[in-house]
Amino acid sequence: MVATLINEQAEAVVYAPATGLLSYMWLLIAIPAVSALILLLAGKAANRWGHWLGVASVLASFVLGLTLFFQLRNLENRSVVENLYSFIPVGNLRVDFGLLFDPLAACFVLLITGVGFLIHLYATGYMAHDEGRRRFFGYFNLFIAAMLLLVLGNNYVMLYFGWEGVGLASYLLISFWYGRPAAATAGKKAFLMNRVGDAGLVLGIFLMFAWLGSTNYEVVFNNIGTLGSTTVLLIGLALLAGACGKSGQFPLQAWLPDAMEGPTPVSALIHAATMVTAGVYLIARSNPIFSENTTLQTVVVSVGAITLLLGCIIGTAKDDIKRVLAWSTVSQIGYMFLGVGLGGGAYALAIIHLLAHGFFKANMFLGAGSVMHGMNDQVDIRRFGGLYKYMRITWLTFMMGWLAIIGIPPLSGFFTKEPIIVAAFSRPGWTGWLFGLAALLGAGLTAFYMTRLFILTFHGPKRWTTAKEGLVDQHPHESPAVMTIPLILLALGSIVAGGLMVTSVPQWLEPVLGPETAEHPKIAHGALTALSLVLTVAGAGLAYALFRKGTALTPQPAGVLVTAARNNLYTDAFNEAVFEKPGNWLTRLLVFVDNKGVDGLVNGLAAAVGGGSGRLRRLQTGFVRSYALSMLVGGVLVLGAFLAVQLGWMG
Amino acid sequence: MGDTISFPHLDYAALWPMLILFGAACVGVLVEAFVPKAWRNTVQLVLSLLAMGAALVMVIKRAAAGVTAANAHTASDAISIDKAGLFLQGALLVLGIVSLLLIGERTLETGGPFVAQAAITVGSEADRRQAARESGATEVYPLALFALAGMLLFVTANDLLVMFVALEVFSLPLYLLCALARRKRLLSQEAAVKYFLLGAFASAFFLFGVAMVYGFANAVDFNSIHANISTSDKPFALLLIGLAMLAIGLLFKVAAVPFHVWTPDVYQGAPTPVTAFMAACTKAAAFGGLARVLYVGFDRSNWNFTPVLGVIAVLTMLVGAVLAVTQTDLKRLLAYSSVANAGYLLVGVLGGGAAGLSSMLFYLVAYGFAIIAAFALLTLVRDADGEATHLSRWAGLGRRSPFFASVFTFLLLAFAGLPLTSGFTAKFAVFGAAIGGGQTWLVLFGVLSSIILAFPYLRVIVMMWLSEPGDTTPSVSIPGALTSAALMVGVLVTLLLGVAPSSLLDLANNAASFVR
Repeated sequence: MVATLINEQAEAVVYAPATGLLSYMWLLIAIPAVSALILLLAGKAANRWGHWLGVASVLASFVLGLTLFFQLRNLENRSVVENLYSFIPVGNLRVDFGLLFDPLAACFVLLITGVGFLIHLYATGYMAHDEGRRRFFGYFNLFIAAMLLLVLGNNYVMLYFGWEGVGLASYLLISFWYGRPAAATAGKKAFLMNRVGDAGLVLGIFLMFAWLGSTNYEVVFNNIGTLGSTTVLLIGLALLAGACGKSGQFPLQAWLPDAMEGPTPVSALIHAATMVTAGVYLIARSNPIFSENTTLQTVVVSVGAITLLLGCIIGTAKDDIKRVLAWSTVSQIGYMFLGVGLGGGAYALAIIHLLAHGFFKANMFLGAGSVMHGMNDQVDIRRFGGLYKYMRITWLTFMMGWLAIIGIPPLSGFFTKEPIIVAAFSRPGWTGWLFGLAALLGAGLTAFYMTRLFILTFHGPKRWTTAKEGLVDQHPHESPAVMTIPLILLALGSIVAGGLMVTSVPQWLEPVLGPETAEHPKIAHGALTALSLVLTVAGAGLAYALFRKGTALTPQPAGVLVTAARNNLYTDAFNEAVFEKPGNWLTRLLVFVDNKGVDGLVNGLAAAVGGGSGRLRRLQTGFVRSYALSMLVGGVLVLGAFLAVQLGWMG
Repeated sequence: MGDTISFPHLDYAALWPMLILFGAACVGVLVEAFVPKAWRNTVQLVLSLLAMGAALVMVIKRAAAGVTAANAHTASDAISIDKAGLFLQGALLVLGIVSLLLIGERTLETGGPFVAQAAITVGSEADRRQAARESGATEVYPLALFALAGMLLFVTANDLLVMFVALEVFSLPLYLLCALARRKRLLSQEAAVKYFLLGAFASAFFLFGVAMVYGFANAVDFNSIHANISTSDKPFALLLIGLAMLAIGLLFKVAAVPFHVWTPDVYQGAPTPVTAFMAACTKAAAFGGLARVLYVGFDRSNWNFTPVLGVIAVLTMLVGAVLAVTQTDLKRLLAYSSVANAGYLLVGVLGGGAAGLSSMLFYLVAYGFAIIAAFALLTLVRDADGEATHLSRWAGLGRRSPFFASVFTFLLLAFAGLPLTSGFTAKFAVFGAAIGGGQTWLVLFGVLSSIILAFPYLRVIVMMWLSEPGDTTPSVSIPGALTSAALMVGVLVTLLLGVAPSSLLDLANNAASFVR
């Protein structure tokens, strides 16, 4: 191998053109997209069969994805592109509508369509009595199509298309039950925070245009080494902002738990398994950019570490079954960010944790939905208890998810979270200790709050009421087969996925993410594993000891830390004080200046004149003389500015 | 052609589009006098559409024949029908035709959107009678034709005086058109008077600027101005004041901050079809003129106007976006959004070079179609008092008529710049051009303001879909053929330019050159 002077490690990225069946990869996106279109436009005629069309389209995409995956395995160069058409072909603004199918994209395609199919299937049962079922499946298909576009695009603009598409679908689905004010508010919050992140992504894309002249992965990755380190840092931070917004990472995490107002299958698919991991995908996909700058990697790692602890701590204090799961999602994605931030071999570790998480978290969300289904939509874990007797399948499958997430061998989480902790300890310098301990502490906390959730829901004394005993009529029962079958399949995935993927997937991803790196953790590998297992068991044991006898039905007075955790560690209050209030003030000020400020001079007179001329005039906020005055002031300012700028330059 | 005509200053082939429009407008005035009332509307509508169609054909023929530096100038270099000018003329005609369809709509309410006789006292018995029964004034057609012809001249004027004349030719009919609403006439008349007074004020700035520039460069045509800037021995301040004043006059027409104050009132008060016409065509004409002044007359080789105009662009984007957030009337909301869009267009212009110009041309067309379609939809949502434009009235419209609510949602998403709509490609083009021109700071503010601007649109969408219809939710009228056509064209173009923008981008790119 001849090492080049510019960049010794990076091999040139070369994508081969797609041939044969692979050139039909656009069908992966087109099938759910067309199905979404039919469902949304067909009207009431499709009410009876619409949901089955939705399920079938995702299944078709999955089968196709699987076929393409096997095709890809037989190729020498496992990265194939297909340019469908030239989207913006003019001058130096050149954007193609192109798709890229490579090992990384293949993983995501299989996750999205596979887990997506199971959740679609589950939703046919869960949404059976909802009058908006057809619309729901339309949005759901739209989401699948957009998500596939996101992971299949061969340039950042295509990624952005999918990015906006999943955002739109998620927004529509969060507010799906718009009759509930909380749902509409949550939808708006999601939209707002995502817009902030999206702006970062857009800027990143434009910066690539400015400095590299292209947004094609191939061009960007091959030329990123030619840019200065500050430039790379700027691009990377812009992309990171986008990733944080979409993945609910610090400081843009607040929308994700609120998004649980949507129907539970949405929480499972979009806000646990797929969409929220788009940020991890973005960073993993952009690994040549992120690996280029160590400061950038430190920022990503810090975001991951902060978020994973934040999520754990808040998760311990929540009583809403879906909120606990949501904060645990935030925390688990924190682990993935930690992984992609560490770089090197840890990229692949983050991806396998992402895939495993897709299984066990979807499993637990659907389990939570099954519990709610049987408990008259009750979500408060203080009012469950002893449910294992009534819903055996849900209990067993949820147990698999619980054991998987807290990392009990030989379930998934053990194989995928463990290596991230080891990798964190392997980071050189004192930061290795810092991030390693954060990850380790997170493991213990995770065991605590997930055990609390599990025990309070399924074990301990019954704390719910039937019609005879109290106001709320609850008859816990197992859900229909169409809901339990996906649960069983996902539970199987939660058990075996981690073990199966732990070596095969990193090898498979090597062409995209680079080879595995040898790790030298600060503590010996075996000791570290033992330590983390001890912490996990301790956390779980503590939770069992505290909650096996149940808990009070209402929140009890608590210390400072618990109160803070109940209030999301005051991050919402922070957002309100720092962003919302000043924003409101600015708006009010501008409105005042625009409508009232100049008018104020003449308003006294105006009141006298305006009285007689009827209501319509009062609709008008302004008077022509004040408008003219503001134009004159503007004119003087512009004149002054022209002169000032010019004289400044001349002098 | 040149060899058969003895005085070479008038190249009729190049001037045909304008001559046809002016001629048709004059014939239109005669139609008012001689054609029986029952027939007038049909005759005027057909005449106007034919004239615009013919003018468009002439523009296309001219473009097909090829424009070179040699054959661009005519009428003693007072008019320059170069590639960019021709593109703008074509765009103005196409947008004009679509908005004329809205102006011609007569089935949505008895007699159409215009008052029968503008001179009737508001609120009198005669006014109530005309509002209920009488068919609307047909003078709107010749007025619209005059305005459009003026715009065609404005974008090809190669001389500050011709430009000023064209400015007045297209402004005066617009002032009148604004006053002709059938309903809410007081609002309409007030809007017209405001527009007129402020327009006159702005014209005075422009004219004063012309005088200053003449004082400095001793010429009013762009070619000599450009040549004399570097050689003149007059005080440089004269030129600066001149250009600043020219810019103020033009920035008024494009509705840039702080010269935007008229926009919400006029957009709200004017009859909605006229608002659509102004939002699409006036904006295109004004930006065409502004770009010509900046690219041809005062290009950046001598000195740099970017900082000042850049600050104006930033202010325009931010103020437009922030104020749109608080609007409760849809016409005012679209007015502020149009202010913000003027800012994005300025970003494109300041991007400079062919890329900047072509992105501006593309944006004008994309935005024009979308805004016409949006206003077309506004004309459909009505109650007993005419159009119901207050936002609260649109609550639950998605339940009442999902189709129109979906169309409007699509248009709003396009304004918000979502991918696969023309809004995305257009913003992408202007921001890309600005990045290419080294104006990254403008793009920063552009992206920021587009985030803010997404909220008002979102609020309308939420209102339509996520609220229960109230007792006051108006019904959506079934549109007549003309409005349907305008709406359909607008929506389809918005979609087409979002999915496959390459042909228009190519066209704009090829057209992106002025001839000095």
